Amino acid sequence: MQLNVIGQENAAADGSSCASGSCGSSNDQMSHLPQDIQDKVKNHPCYSEEAHHYFARMHVAVAPACNIQCHYCNRKYDCSNESRPGVVSEVLTPEEAVMKTKAVAANIPQMTVLGIAGPGDPLANPQRTFETFRMLSEQAPDIKLCVSTNGLALPDAVEELSKHNIDHVTITINCVDPAVGAKIYPWIYWNNKRIYGEKAAKILIRQQQKGLEMLVAKGILVKVNSVMIPGVNDDHLKEVSRIVKQKGAFLHNVMPLIAEAEHGTFYGIMGQRGPSPEELQDLQDECAGDMNMMRHCRQCRADAVGLLGEDRGEEFTLDKIAAMDIDYNEAMKKRAVIHAGIMEELDEKEAKRKRLAAVSVPAVEATVPAATRPALMAVATSGGGLINQHFGHATEFLIYEAAPKGVRFIGHRKVDQYCIGGDTCGEKESALDGSIRALKGCEAVLCSKIGYEPWSLLEEAGIVPNGEHAMEPIEEAVMAVYREMVSNGTLESPAPQMESASA
Amino acid sequence: MALSIVDSCVNCYACYDVCPSEAIYQSSPHFKINARKCTECEGDYAQPQCASICPIEEAILDASGAAVNPPGSLTGIPPEKMAAAIREIQAR
Ligand code: SF4
Ligand code: SF4
Repeated sequence: MQLNVIGQENAAADGSSCASGSCGSSNDQMSHLPQDIQDKVKNHPCYSEEAHHYFARMHVAVAPACNIQCHYCNRKYDCSNESRPGVVSEVLTPEEAVMKTKAVAANIPQMTVLGIAGPGDPLANPQRTFETFRMLSEQAPDIKLCVSTNGLALPDAVEELSKHNIDHVTITINCVDPAVGAKIYPWIYWNNKRIYGEKAAKILIRQQQKGLEMLVAKGILVKVNSVMIPGVNDDHLKEVSRIVKQKGAFLHNVMPLIAEAEHGTFYGIMGQRGPSPEELQDLQDECAGDMNMMRHCRQCRADAVGLLGEDRGEEFTLDKIAAMDIDYNEAMKKRAVIHAGIMEELDEKEAKRKRLAAVSVPAVEATVPAATRPALMAVATSGGGLINQHFGHATEFLIYEAAPKGVRFIGHRKVDQYCIGGDTCGEKESALDGSIRALKGCEAVLCSKIGYEPWSLLEEAGIVPNGEHAMEPIEEAVMAVYREMVSNGTLESPAPQMESASA
Repeated sequence: MALSIVDSCVNCYACYDVCPSEAIYQSSPHFKINARKCTECEGDYAQPQCASICPIEEAILDASGAAVNPPGSLTGIPPEKMAAAIREIQAR
């Protein structure tokens, strides 16, 4: 493996003024972290916008049981058209999970991370979860392991976790105040009793905080996920962010609530709305002052396989795996070569980006007056930091904010097509409607090509399609379009209103 | 006297893991309780463990056939709200 050059370069880039290029990119987020943590996470697809195009992750669903109820979860829902977290179609035994992991790792050598995330709570299924980890640490030592939990059973699991090849633990922490918690968690199962309301929330919060402290004391990396629920914990999450950082979490990831009546969740049925993209962004910005924020979490299904944003689970069903003949020791050799190659490529890219950024800085500052308002733009990319995807093929868009001081990566928006359950299951709204809805608030969309129909619909929606920067580096192209907007007067009128994506 | 598991069970294993009498077994289409082994947790716990962790309303019945966790008791969703939402979705 290559030595870590990415981190050092970012450290250098930080010292210079905030330029197009690295500003706000996820690599830059990582530069605040100590070197040893950067080394640990740099080939993790979930932490780096760059790495996720190259390295893949998979989840195995070995943990069906749960010990709490969250108002955004419906344990009855299990539909393969669904892509929300916690949803899964096939629960595996630990043996099956290990077989599947090895099959995927041999066939998708870029797969570096195996996670157990559900469909229940992994630590409420300690035998199944730890048996899987034990076997994998032994049989596939080149795979990093990670686990997410609601935290209730965490303090009891820390000792066992520290024995395995665990890369990091994710705790979902939505509150530090029981009064807030009682609006999110109706009950927990604790000491052989079902416990409700604030009393339950108080126990859960205590266990989460204790578990966080214990993991940090053991030197295990901890990431904290929070679900932003407008009117319930939105303001409160700033406090959560402050506390978890103080206790040593290395990343805080604020995700939007997904709530639709058709999901059958409490929030969905009761009409609780999710945050608009703008509200989410504002909160992430506010928390960022305290904490490294993750901007490109894809909220995967608990059995997702492949690069972030894609799911190749279909290729690895149990019968297909049974027919594969995997020699894992051979596979490991091939994997090591491929991983080294990818790291080299990433390092070269970073060096190139740095050179380009250094060149383009003065031009930016010279042409855009400092008082110009920022603009959001969407980009269709299949990776490599380039605008290289056809509009119609995009299943998600990367969102960038262009401002006089530079371009920054804000997050991604999924083109979400969800099934509406019951008899209509399988019917989807058109992909085009989904794309346009995902782009609310953006003023331009940059892609390699675009068809006639979407072109006119986008224009109607006030989003300017742009195919002129195909194959160009994203940040420079976004800046070029921004400069055009400055010169043609677009930015003198106010920014478009963002509407709630869930409205 | 024994509890029983019915159709709405989603096979989540939670009850199976916590039963003190090993009365619960995996079966098709869902988990079942062996009535001869089930003690209703008497002597072990104040509350039947399976029904204390089960996340699904109406999945577990008591000896008289009544749901230990009736509609609305676990999710907090009032049954009439649920019914209205289902009607609304089906009408689309
Ligand atoms: S009531 Fe107790 S003994 Fe009977 S099945 Fe449930 S957990 Fe087991
Ligand atoms: S806990 Fe409830 S839903 Fe889960 S397996 Fe047992 S009866 Fe079925």
